[in-house]
Amino acid sequence: MSVESDAAQSAAIFAVDPGTGGVCLRSPLHPARDQWLLMLRQLLPAATPWRRVPFNIPDGRLLGGLDLAATLRANRPVAERGILAEADGGVVILSMAERLTADTVARIAAVLDAGEVVLPREGVTIRNAARIGVVALDEGASDDEYAPIALLDRLAFWIDLGGLSVRVTLQPAHSPGQIIAARELLSRVQISAEMLQALCATALSLGAGSARVSVLALRAARAAAALDGRTRVSEQDAALAGRLVLAPRASIAPEQPGQPQAEEQEKPAHGDKAPEQPAQDGAQKAEAPRAPADAHQALKDMVLEAAQSAIPAGLLARLREQSGDRGARARTGGKTGALRQAGTRGRPAGVRAGTPQGCLRLSVIETLRAAAPWQALRGRSLANGGRVRISAEDFRVTRYKQRARTLTIFVVDASGSSALNRLAEAKGAVELLLADCYIRRDQVAVVAFRGRSAEILLPPTRSLVRAKRGLAGLPGGGGTPLASALDAAHSLAALAQRRGETPTLVVLTDGRANVARDGTPGRELAHAQALYAARAVNLSKITALFVDTSPRPNPLARELAARMHANYLPLPYADARSLSSAVKTMGAGGA
Amino acid sequence: MRANQMKTSARPVFPFSAIVAQDEMKLALISSAVDSSIGGVLVFGDRGTGKSTAVRALAALLPPMQAVSGCRYGCDPSAAEAWCEECRERARQGPLKHALVPVPVVDLPLGVTEDRVVGALDLERALAQGVKAFEPGLLARANRGFLYIDEVNLLEDHLVDLLIDVAASGENLVEREGLSVRHPSRFVLIGSGNPEEGELRPQLLDRFGLSVEVSTPVELSERIAVVKRRDEFERNPLEFIAKWKRQDDGLRRRIVAGRKRLHGMVLPDPVLESAARLCMQLGTDGLRAELTLIRAARALASYEQADEVAVAHLRRVAPPALRHRLRRDPLDESGSSARIERAVLEVFGERRPP
Repeated sequence: MSVESDAAQSAAIFAVDPGTGGVCLRSPLHPARDQWLLMLRQLLPAATPWRRVPFNIPDGRLLGGLDLAATLRANRPVAERGILAEADGGVVILSMAERLTADTVARIAAVLDAGEVVLPREGVTIRNAARIGVVALDEGASDDEYAPIALLDRLAFWIDLGGLSVRVTLQPAHSPGQIIAARELLSRVQISAEMLQALCATALSLGAGSARVSVLALRAARAAAALDGRTRVSEQDAALAGRLVLAPRASIAPEQPGQPQAEEQEKPAHGDKAPEQPAQDGAQKAEAPRAPADAHQALKDMVLEAAQSAIPAGLLARLREQSGDRGARARTGGKTGALRQAGTRGRPAGVRAGTPQGCLRLSVIETLRAAAPWQALRGRSLANGGRVRISAEDFRVTRYKQRARTLTIFVVDASGSSALNRLAEAKGAVELLLADCYIRRDQVAVVAFRGRSAEILLPPTRSLVRAKRGLAGLPGGGGTPLASALDAAHSLAALAQRRGETPTLVVLTDGRANVARDGTPGRELAHAQALYAARAVNLSKITALFVDTSPRPNPLARELAARMHANYLPLPYADARSLSSAVKTMGAGGA
Repeated sequence: MRANQMKTSARPVFPFSAIVAQDEMKLALISSAVDSSIGGVLVFGDRGTGKSTAVRALAALLPPMQAVSGCRYGCDPSAAEAWCEECRERARQGPLKHALVPVPVVDLPLGVTEDRVVGALDLERALAQGVKAFEPGLLARANRGFLYIDEVNLLEDHLVDLLIDVAASGENLVEREGLSVRHPSRFVLIGSGNPEEGELRPQLLDRFGLSVEVSTPVELSERIAVVKRRDEFERNPLEFIAKWKRQDDGLRRRIVAGRKRLHGMVLPDPVLESAARLCMQLGTDGLRAELTLIRAARALASYEQADEVAVAHLRRVAPPALRHRLRRDPLDESGSSARIERAVLEVFGERRPP
């Protein structure tokens, strides 16, 4: 089955039952995407609302609220309907879905779940029906740029048109008449217990998402049956639903029957796959008598097979790479976190003209001030009560200034084992970074360690002068109390996290710890403690760069870096410039 | 109250008793409904596990309460010490009228403005009539009810600060735009979220009494039951609700009975001592852990109509009451739940067969 026919099938099923949530169309600007949208539009009944939502839509427009301008004109509260309520019974197109902010997605998700917009505003709760289907246009260019998972989880179909040729033409598989007929039939479509079980079991063995996804697959199977003019979900319908809904979400490779069990941690998810497993038998017995179990198995295998054949190439490999917690976080939508809070907090920084919607706050005084010069023109007089006349263009909203600051903490090994010139390089890198700070508004701190303990040589600062003074008199030589150093850096970083800053650790060492926390020498204890401290850094989710300064890459250092979940960079001949550029690129990637 | 009338005409809600499995979450929500002083519930877990469904279902389940008619804060006519200033004024002029209203469950949407939360100057009246009037916010509406924050871990910092303050004092203080207003705001905080998307500030974490973890069901039979019931509900909500009405009614009766028994509940000294030992074993900070543990055990015991609080109750509420109060231990790879289980085994010994 080709991508084209799958795309056409998904469009038809979605048109029959918008309750399947919708479609995520992943593709760059591409003729096939426009064709697909046109196809969907033609399949839907003519009067179906069709609304396009820009990714930066303000909440007032999305959900509706008090129309302040109209309210003032009418002298009574005038409610404004949002796009989602306007699209009731229709389709909402989200363009550039990969750029949607977490809170916009949260609202859309809430509306998708409830089928209505609930607005507790100005003492009244406004409820507007909003049974919508969503088409999310995901233009993410790289693998870690995705539409937010909170949205994806609610959309039944994920279609990737990226690989299609530019000259491809999408053919609708159904006519608008068939859609209307199928919609009428939909409420009468039944599904047998075996078919339902097969769908759920397939979802489980593919590790395909939450229980919500299974519900979506069921709806899709039902709509597929209605589309075919039947009132019973057949094997083909279930297989189609498995292929369109479950396969793109596969997170574990389903085993072939007879293949040995995978590693232990995957067992729970796989438990139902192998018929010889006692746990599986128990689960099935609870649902159905023993005898037809084989028939179930066959049915499930068929659905599973259909789904398996549709798993996109490379998806599983990518998932395996992303199984670390960093990967998981990257998939949940990266850059929105930093943007999310902009404009609503921080220090007030003047006012600007604008409507107080969403996160913007009306500045009452400034609004009145803006209205003042026009009062005579607007006919304010004592005769009409002497009220100030305000109109929409007078509105002023408060602006806030907030810096998303980062703190780069250098942990510099000044021990005898580490060549002395490393220190000079670190100093140089710090100074280069600080020179950049003027633009980037970042802070830098330095923790140095040698002899028996670590010290915070330079507390977080943005001052170049202070940094130079602090770094000037650092002598080298002595043991390597790595654990103490990591502890000190960790507590600095934790402090920064609490202040809402993003700390980054840069550790420059050869990784040969030989002084324990209490200052006693001893390689083994010191290394164990350093590993412990490194793991603590990872648990606090601090981004780290581990620069191995030993002449040859050192396995001990590599182990420490892995424990810290740090980027490992063997850099025997590091100079200040390459070091500072390594830190900068990491900052850009990790932020 | 206008807002409440609107509520009754809302869309049908999935019945609480029809939620498949997720026993710990259900237990925690019921406990906090029995004893609101437990301090709220935090539900952390995967997507699509029925977190929001459960909270909304709980709201529909709770019995209505008596409130002063016309009070914007829904004051309790029988609790004079907690009245708002308006109700005190009303009481001076004559006996208070009251009416039965549903327990408020207020959603705090993510990108909500501070004005909407704490209340603000009534703009319309200020601009059109030049009157300085206070327009109550969500905290006023949530008084005596539940405040539900979905994706609580994504909430903006300045709102978190605000909630921490109000949740601790039970009173909302508004000093802005020339207004100076204080009103009662006691609510049960319910938060849900997905831990992968961000962590919660420790101060806010501490405000939640119970914390439960939910996960996607991996049992085939459970998964099928979830899909079946959800599908049935979506196809014919009213019929589905009618089918589960008896179970829901029974649950409601038990919650009401539990509330009545709560204050007469016997709390034997050995149980208190066990709770203290468990907290010491786990090294939780402060007394709040112990207090919550005891309260939750008491709520559970009275919900289940036990004669007195027993160690068995402690055992069951220990994970949700303590899970979010443990320090991270880099040496210990196991999760918080496993650590609590181990400590419970060490302190209480093996579970005896019932």
